[in-house]
Formats: sequence, structure tokens, C-alpha cells
Amino acid sequence: MGNISPETEATEKSVVKSEASWAEPVSKLTIADVPAGAISLNLDGHQVVGPLQGFGPMWQRTYRVRLSGVQVSPEEVVRDWKENFARFQPSENQFYPSLAGIQPGEVIFINTRLIYFPGVRGLVPMKSGVMVLYSDPEMFTVMTPEGFPISGWNTFSAFIEDGCTVAQVQGLVRTTDPIYEFGFRFMGGEGAEDKVWFHVLEQLAKHWGVQGQVQFHKVLIDPCIQWSNAKNIWKNAAIRTFFYVLASPFRWGARLFKNRI
Amino acid sequence: MPQSSVKMQVRKASDQTIIVDIQGEITSAAENLLMDAYTQATTVGARNILLNFNDLEYMNSSGIGLLVTLLIRANRQQQRLVAYGLSEHYRQIFTLTRLNDAIAIYSNEQEALASLN
Repeated sequence: MGNISPETEATEKSVVKSEASWAEPVSKLTIADVPAGAISLNLDGHQVVGPLQGFGPMWQRTYRVRLSGVQVSPEEVVRDWKENFARFQPSENQFYPSLAGIQPGEVIFINTRLIYFPGVRGLVPMKSGVMVLYSDPEMFTVMTPEGFPISGWNTFSAFIEDGCTVAQVQGLVRTTDPIYEFGFRFMGGEGAEDKVWFHVLEQLAKHWGVQGQVQFHKVLIDPCIQWSNAKNIWKNAAIRTFFYVLASPFRWGARLFKNRI
Repeated sequence: MPQSSVKMQVRKASDQTIIVDIQGEITSAAENLLMDAYTQATTVGARNILLNFNDLEYMNSSGIGLLVTLLIRANRQQQRLVAYGLSEHYRQIFTLTRLNDAIAIYSNEQEALASLN
């Protein structure tokens, strides 16, 4: 057996660690198994997209909560977060991780409702999902598919700061198309998005027995609107879900007719 | 926040082109060093910034996010951001995250420099 230098060994370990943490490259999502209760809509055959492919201004939105007074490591927090990812969501957000859980390349199905009038939630249904882009013991990142309200990544992590474990959600996102941008700016969509992550971190803190005070910070990374991506509207998941729901009686009728023949 | 385990060296390839040699890990801990390197490049008037990933050991999703932020800053200054020396694995990550839509990737320094002409 040849001698392997410590540098080579370290590099090889890094490569293995990296390959295990990232999702396999995919040009389009392929949905094979759908968890019980979930509906696969606006996912199959859709490309995953990052913040560069979105429409509205690009924001970095950071939400964090300090788990003060609890002896818990970042790895424990993230492991637990992965296991309870759906449970920490507000009731109007139904998340369905695949059976494999939060693993690179896996899809989390999402069934939610969006804003229609200011301050009123839940009039427009939206079924879609996100793909787990990256996962390691201290963080995981999800990436959105075409048509999702936001284009980009949300990273869920935990780390030690001043001797205290901190749990954090950080999004690097743009709204996906002009309709979503309008909804975010003028229909309370932005506030609703913030409320979701406040709720998630409060639930996480509560899970560890802490009355968490969530801190929020946003940075405008790119104020430009990418008009060339206004065409994303054709894959708008909310519009497609609306028509899917509208067509439900016809699908039921067709199924009934088929069964009788 | 995690300790940074990356080194960055800024060197001049020509009056308008700066190369940033990256050695180590690109994670959220690399933010200050990466942005300092960018500021150095911009201060000397670089129009082209080449990121040399030959000695990249590891990059997580926060690292990819840093590159997006760097790209936006460079675009707003009308600078061109180019990458070279990425392993096959990280080339695939650039493709998966659609970063390759905006950052041109080359195999080596010669190819990257030649692309600027």
C-alpha cells in the first residue's frame, strides 16, 4: 500500500463529506413517491431555481433565536429540527417531508394558502414543495422549484455565539414573478413570510424549554427587478393550484364515469 | 459563528484583472475575508475578478450564498466575475444551484485569462 500524505487524506475526507452533503445534480425534479396526505403539484418536471432566477429585489432575511440557559449543542438542535421540521410550522402550512426525511435531494411537499386581501390569510391555496439542497450535522438548506412564491434558498442552522446556542433561519431570496412581488409588497405577503419563520423559531425554542425572543434582520442585496424573468408567471404555482382546485369536480366526474364503464 | 479556515490571496494578473486565490473552506465564516478580497480588487480598479478554486477544500450552501452576494456586488460595479479550478463535484454544484448561469467557469487560469480577451 502506498503512503498517503495527511494533506491528501484530508482532501479526500473533504470530498467525501461534501458529496454526502449536497444533492445530486438534477436538471428537473422527478417525483417518485408522495407521502400520505401530500399532493404532488407544481413539482414534477420543474427545475429548481436559485435567487438569480427570480424576479423581485434580492433580500437576505435572517431570523434567529438564542437558546439561553439550555445545554444543547448545534448538532443536537439541527438533528431535532430535521426530525420536527413539519411540526414546527404554523397550522396553515402543511409540510410533508419524504420518508427519507431531510436528506440531500429529497423533496418536502408543501400545502399552504397565500394572501388575497391585506391582513387576511388563506384564500389562495398553493401546493408545491422544496428540494433539500444541502444537509450536514449543523445546517440544512432547501431550494425552491419554478413557480414557487420565492426563488432561492432558505438555510436552517445552529451555532454557538458567546457561549450560547443560536438557531437561525436565513433566506437568500427574490420573489419569483410580478404577481408574487405584488403580493409581497402590497398584500401583506412579506409580513406573512416573516410570521412563519418567527413561529418556527418560537416553536423550536419552546421545544427546548426556552421562551425565545426572535431577532430579525434583513439586507437588500440587489434592489434591481429582473424584468427578463417576468415570464416566470407562466409557472406560478398559486395560479396553477387555483385551476387545479377549480377543475376538481370535473376530475371526480371523469373518474366516476371511467369506473362505471 | 464558526471559525474561518480559509486563506485568500489577491494578486494582479493585469491592470484590469485580479485573481483571488482561495485556499481552504468557503462557509459563512469566510464572508469577511472574501468581501475584503473583493474590496482590495475593486480598490485597484479591477474590471475582471477571477476566483481561483484550485485549493478549495470544502464549500457548503452558505458558501454558495456568499458567491451570489459577491456576484451581485460585482455586477453592480460592472465587473466580470469568473471562476476556475473547480473540481468536477463543485462544477456540478454550480450547475445545480444555477450559479453557472451567471459565473463563467474555466478549467484553469490560462483559459480564464484568455476568455477575457
